[in-house]
Amino acid sequence: MILLVTLAIPLAGALALLLPRTRFLPDEESVRRYGAAVTGLVLLTTVAVAAAFDHGDPRRMQLEVDWSWAPAIGLRFHLGVDGVSLPLVVLTALLTFLCSIYTLRHPPAEGSARLFTGLVLALQVGMLGTFLALDLLLFFVFFEVVLIPMYAVIALWGGPGRRAAAYKFILYTLLGSGLLLVGLLLVAVNAGTLDMVALAERHGHGLTPAVQIAAFALIGLGLAIKVPMWPLHTWLPDAHTEAPTVGSVLLAGVLLKMGTYGLVRIALPAAPEGAELWAPWLGLCAVIGIVYGSLACLAQRDLKRLIAYSSIGHMGFVLLGIATLTPVGVNAALFGNIAHGLITGLLFFLAGAVKERYGTGELNALGGGMLTAAPRLASFLTFAAVASLGLPGLAGFWGEMLALLGAYRPAAGLPRETFVTFMAVGALGAVLTAAYFLRLLATITHGRTERPAGSVAALTRAEYAAWVPLVVLTLLVGLWPKLLLDLTTAPVRALLGGG
Amino acid sequence: MIALVSLTIALPFCAAFAGMLLGRRLSRTLSARALPAAGSAAPDAPTTPLPAVVPDAAPAPGDEARVPELSRLAGPDLALRRLPRNGPALIAIASTALATLLALIVATTVWLDPGTREGTLTLVPTGTVDIAIGLQADGLAALVGLMVCLVALAVQIYSVAYLAEDPRYCSYAAFVSLFTAAMLLVVYAADLLLLYVGWEVMGICSYFLIGHHWEDRANSRAAVKAFLMTRLGDVGFLIGIFALGIGAGTFSIGGVLDAVPDLPAGTLTAATLLLLAGVAGKSAQFPLHTWLPDAMAGPTPISALIHAATMVAAGIYVIARLYPAFWAAPASLTVLGIVAVISMVGSALAALAQTDLKRVLAYSTISQLAYMAAGLAVGAQTAAVFHLVTHGAFKALLFLAAGSVILVAGSNLLGRYGGLRRTMPITFWAMTVGYAALIGLPPVSGFFSKDSIIEGARHAAATAGREGTGDTAAAVPDIPGGAAWAIYIALLVTVGITAAYAMRAWLMTFFGEQRGSFQAREAPALMTWTVAALAVPSAVLGFFGLGAAELRPHLVSAGLALLWAAGGGAAAYLLWNRDPARDPADRLGPLRTVFDRAFYLDELYAALVVRPVRAAARAVVVADRRGLDALVVGTAGWSRRAGGALRRIQTGNAQSYLTGLLAGVVVIAAGVVILL
Repeated sequence: MILLVTLAIPLAGALALLLPRTRFLPDEESVRRYGAAVTGLVLLTTVAVAAAFDHGDPRRMQLEVDWSWAPAIGLRFHLGVDGVSLPLVVLTALLTFLCSIYTLRHPPAEGSARLFTGLVLALQVGMLGTFLALDLLLFFVFFEVVLIPMYAVIALWGGPGRRAAAYKFILYTLLGSGLLLVGLLLVAVNAGTLDMVALAERHGHGLTPAVQIAAFALIGLGLAIKVPMWPLHTWLPDAHTEAPTVGSVLLAGVLLKMGTYGLVRIALPAAPEGAELWAPWLGLCAVIGIVYGSLACLAQRDLKRLIAYSSIGHMGFVLLGIATLTPVGVNAALFGNIAHGLITGLLFFLAGAVKERYGTGELNALGGGMLTAAPRLASFLTFAAVASLGLPGLAGFWGEMLALLGAYRPAAGLPRETFVTFMAVGALGAVLTAAYFLRLLATITHGRTERPAGSVAALTRAEYAAWVPLVVLTLLVGLWPKLLLDLTTAPVRALLGGG
Repeated sequence: MIALVSLTIALPFCAAFAGMLLGRRLSRTLSARALPAAGSAAPDAPTTPLPAVVPDAAPAPGDEARVPELSRLAGPDLALRRLPRNGPALIAIASTALATLLALIVATTVWLDPGTREGTLTLVPTGTVDIAIGLQADGLAALVGLMVCLVALAVQIYSVAYLAEDPRYCSYAAFVSLFTAAMLLVVYAADLLLLYVGWEVMGICSYFLIGHHWEDRANSRAAVKAFLMTRLGDVGFLIGIFALGIGAGTFSIGGVLDAVPDLPAGTLTAATLLLLAGVAGKSAQFPLHTWLPDAMAGPTPISALIHAATMVAAGIYVIARLYPAFWAAPASLTVLGIVAVISMVGSALAALAQTDLKRVLAYSTISQLAYMAAGLAVGAQTAAVFHLVTHGAFKALLFLAAGSVILVAGSNLLGRYGGLRRTMPITFWAMTVGYAALIGLPPVSGFFSKDSIIEGARHAAATAGREGTGDTAAAVPDIPGGAAWAIYIALLVTVGITAAYAMRAWLMTFFGEQRGSFQAREAPALMTWTVAALAVPSAVLGFFGLGAAELRPHLVSAGLALLWAAGGGAAAYLLWNRDPARDPADRLGPLRTVFDRAFYLDELYAALVVRPVRAAARAVVVADRRGLDALVVGTAGWSRRAGGALRRIQTGNAQSYLTGLLAGVVVIAAGVVILL
């Protein structure tokens, strides 16, 4: 029942904003406070979910809600959490809350705060629902709910090229959704059920290999656009560069994870034979993405664009983990999801703060010496960059390391030599990752500057409030990886059909 | 016991965070309390940040470093007087001192009752082989751990004076603490992946500390280079860990070593070779050594701690830790030996021609680390670890003493010194002990440790190829005789070159006439005392080796080595004596430039790696925009064109629709008639 409440709060919050302005929350300031309060409440509920969750048995679907919705087609309103989805649910609530806090003092350029808050709340419904849904069609519905608010956020509050970026974002991801829907229906019609738990338990029994191969290809392609996987990534840099800070944070922090989560939750368990056939190709695209993304970052001149391409590299590690079809690889993917959400979320916050203060995100225009002009901001940026390059002891490391470990010995049916090559290339890609982040730090934080010390506005309290939790969690998860791995290991084994 | 060990690591770790976040606040609190007590406000209260003085902002070769403000050297020792109110320094020194005490207790316990103590806090599930969060303390770990703590303590105390007027001392001290914790984690880790965590954290601390004076782009570049080169080696290191861990079914070091006899030879050789890549990166061995001389851009105490005494020795330590695995893979030991030979001779030659005192010491570090690697390659494990410890002491001494000279002279360049033996007597005597140990002159520590390595190589060369002779002496790994001989000869030759460059640096610093214009006097008390204190272990540590048979001096190798040393030293002295104002290295002629540029390896790497990667990066950006993205955006155009083509049919003209309909009917009718 608590899951229903988790979804109902942001939905009711968004609907309430439809009330006439004169009756409810007349000024912008109070709307923003209202947004922070609602998302804060959602965060509290998800924390309650985490507390109510039986950590002794993370394999089992817990706190389920299971109602019949459209009996004619067997559609059910089925929600639940297990060790795979719980961290993502909490992450989503946390990032949305931090975005609302940040917006209190740093609202996006112009436009109605009422509309913006409503869109963020609607977005949250979709994001949370995607991670909670246990019915294929319900999953799809939530998956789609996310698109429109994000489209509107980019199109209304974005940078100068926002229209093109928003069109590209929505058309490209809608194409993915089309493929995804066909794939989901293919599975559902052949298996005779829409229930994700039942499908996972069957491990492809009742589906012919041909159906599984086709279904994995369709679902995989549809989700790969969302991840995004090389070469289907080109919507991402534009969307990120143009989106307002909050949009970028949620896009990188949560939306990309919906793709990899879907792969782990639906595609792997429902079509294992398809997965085995496509895994080497998935792995190939993943490592190309790692190296390609890193190289693209190395020559990038815009801060936000650089972080966007770095996402492609990091999601490459997540996909490589999935492609190994091993528990350790899928663990790596789930760990990488959370780590990327925390770290890249922080990076986009910082990029927004830099742009707000310097008026540009061009690395050359920023010049150097940020450590002199804005020491605190530069220190946060250094921390985030170091975390993102995968330093052990911080969150980014474990996902990458475990993905490589998975590739060292992939699942039994996969070609080992191919995956060991992937591992070696991916590991070299990690060096390139370090190279571009250190280049970034050297370019903008080091060196001298004409701006005198303290000429750049100091950090506000809202900024501290939004960033410090991310820093602390990055450290916590990095120093104590058991926190997440204890949750995910058992359900991942179950999803892959092991003990 | 393991609780003590974990506390040893946790103390500096917590101190790093405490110092970073609370150090300044503590300073303010302490000053506020001290001021009323002192009656009158001290003029030097550290409430306002003093102007940044950069003592060694890495002069490009041939350049002059900025001359620091000398006024602060005059009068009473400000750094010492300010110490009770210096929050970051108090946190750093107190925690390191406590950690040292704990490490001492651990070492004593292990010494009195030898054996391995191991403790596992918890297992982290990964889905395959679990990671054990566990620590261990055996003789090797306890000894190296104690050394790390002592050097770190010395460096922390020294830095208080050295960086007295640095506005970023707070973060500096915190990073040194974090580094200490990471190094101790490497030393005490009982699990390979836990060791890797410490290994990489050391790397990032090294990056931050080399780039401490980041205003200067050169320092920033040096820091990036150091991190990336070691990280490149670490790719191999991590994969080597995977190979060992997956092969053995556990990442715990003890478990891996137990499984060594059962592992296939191919796996072992591959894994150890991969580990060597990481070792070469961290311990600055050929071909991944070129970052170390540039790393001298960091403050001198950092060079002493990280880039001479501890972090760079971590690679050697890891081989010693996993020695049974390497022993079972003679091919890897042979590669290690060859790498050591190249590094040893090449960097000693490079050291001959350097104009920057710190770079001389940096190349000598590469050379001395190669001694340890060579010792490991020929099976002289104890001797190699012994040299690791003595080198830690005397190289820390040399660097800290060099720091005093640099601070006083305001320059890194040997050409600016001269005649300092009268004005800096304590530094002079301490550095003399250091150089003697570096060359390996009796009776100081370096003599004993170096001699036992040379003796090990001699033994290996003599017994190589002879199988089943029933030799009662220590066992020798199965490396080819040629390699063993090459190692033996290289060790001896390098003693000669070492003597030459050490003599050159010693003479150019302390003898002749003063060449730079600075007021020569002894460095601040905190620094001079630390240097003097380090001279003691550098001098006497060698005698501790007398207890073990394999570490006692041997007549033949000691005699030969001393002959080489005498030859090298005499050559340098005679060249210098002809004209004490000139650099004896000038006599090398055209070779001087080659040595000075360290055989142009940097240029080679720039051409082979850096530029191709940059070109590839630019190509990717273009390909992304013009290729992939153009394809995606192009679909919009295609759909519009397709729509345009289809629109032509929908003209809205009823006549043409009807014509089409009729034509269709005719075609169908004709088809039916013909086909049936």
